[in-house]
Amino acid sequence: MLAKRIIPCLDCDLGVPHGRVVKGVQFKQIRYAGIPWELAEEYDRQGADELIFLDITASHERRETMAKVIEKTSENVFMPLTVGGGIGSLSDARTAFNSGADKVSINTAALKNPDLIGEIAEYFGTQACVLAIDAKRRYVREPGKEMVDTPDGECWFECSFYGGREFTGVDAIQWVIEAEERGAGDIMLTSMDRDGTKDGFDIELTRAISDSVNIPVIASGGCGNPDHILEVLRDTNASAALAASIFHFGEYTVGEVKECLRKGGVHVRL
Amino acid sequence: MIAIIDYGMGNLRSIHNALMKVGGDPVIVSDSRDLPGADGIVIPGVGSFGDAMRNLTPFADRLFDSVDSGTPLLGICIGMQVLFDRSEESDSAGFGLIKGDVVRLPEGVKIPQMGWNELTIHRDTDLLAGIDDGDFFYFVHSYYCVPEDPGIIIATTDYGVDLACVVSKENVHAVQFHPEKSSKKGLRILENFVEMTRC
Repeated sequence: MLAKRIIPCLDCDLGVPHGRVVKGVQFKQIRYAGIPWELAEEYDRQGADELIFLDITASHERRETMAKVIEKTSENVFMPLTVGGGIGSLSDARTAFNSGADKVSINTAALKNPDLIGEIAEYFGTQACVLAIDAKRRYVREPGKEMVDTPDGECWFECSFYGGREFTGVDAIQWVIEAEERGAGDIMLTSMDRDGTKDGFDIELTRAISDSVNIPVIASGGCGNPDHILEVLRDTNASAALAASIFHFGEYTVGEVKECLRKGGVHVRL
Repeated sequence: MIAIIDYGMGNLRSIHNALMKVGGDPVIVSDSRDLPGADGIVIPGVGSFGDAMRNLTPFADRLFDSVDSGTPLLGICIGMQVLFDRSEESDSAGFGLIKGDVVRLPEGVKIPQMGWNELTIHRDTDLLAGIDDGDFFYFVHSYYCVPEDPGIIIATTDYGVDLACVVSKENVHAVQFHPEKSSKKGLRILENFVEMTRC
């Protein structure tokens, strides 16, 4: 039986030498956490199942810097590595794969050019294409949107792009269904309402998305402690949970999270 | 020297780095003339069965010679599947170094299988030294191998069906998962393989 995956996310500021892992709060303030490949090795020791590197600066000239971060990481870390942030074309994806990445995550580029999902899947396999979504609750009923019941009232989920700075009007549920048909291999689902709050994952969002597709959904945004991860993996069909700050600042280790999951009856790799 | 066969379908950095990490001396080989000197041969796992066979065909004669002369061979993922007779994925024939078929994962499970799954070990071999029943390895595949002779199955994993994920037939070894992506336990298997190439 497949284990549920625990994925530390390394948000990388590549504008400083070697790059730095940083942590923002609701897509804004920044704290520095460390050098990417050093953190990656530490998470490997702790038992992480996969790592995601996101270029939060996502500027074109820094693509090579990210490639170096991945090259350096892949010398000593042997688990699946995903690169995201600013991947806009097949050629960007190829640069990432050649540096040692196993998957790329795309967000803005896929919303602007949905064909990119199929192109990456065709060249590198469906398992290599992760569709990232930044979704925000909208409590206003609109025609054609998938309304979902939540304790705070009925809402739909809107996709944003450009790192949460702009909104698309696209319904997240409809978008993941389309993305699966086009060849996406994973959905990396971030709740903009919860990201950085440490109040726990958006359970209704994660449930709605993971019940809509057959591909694995990675829950993200809002993790403050191991019980939050237990809740989202036990109460929804998510296959994986992503967290950043609880790991970066040493509040919990991946091993502690997995122990909590095991006690809670979730199947994990220990 | 351990030859990693480059059949032009993707990046071999991970397997190269992993073999380096465990003390091997891997060389990425894209010309079959470099095979005869190798102490061990790895067929890595990238691409689909048909593409892999098309690109691997030029290696066939020298690969068979090496296997006949006792050189340890390790096939990984699609590199395992091409060692069999045939696959449902393609009309191309496989190498037939192991008798049996490659078939699609059953209905009712998510395809591809992608993630960490557990081994059930059926017998002890040098390749699995240091590996325990229940250890997890990283899989990405849509097809799996069904050997004619169940006696060559070293370990299976449960994914809708108990599928052979480690097989060994004399000096021919194959794994369905990616040891180069399976952290410490994966490195241990590669270390065991490197050890075999030194005998």
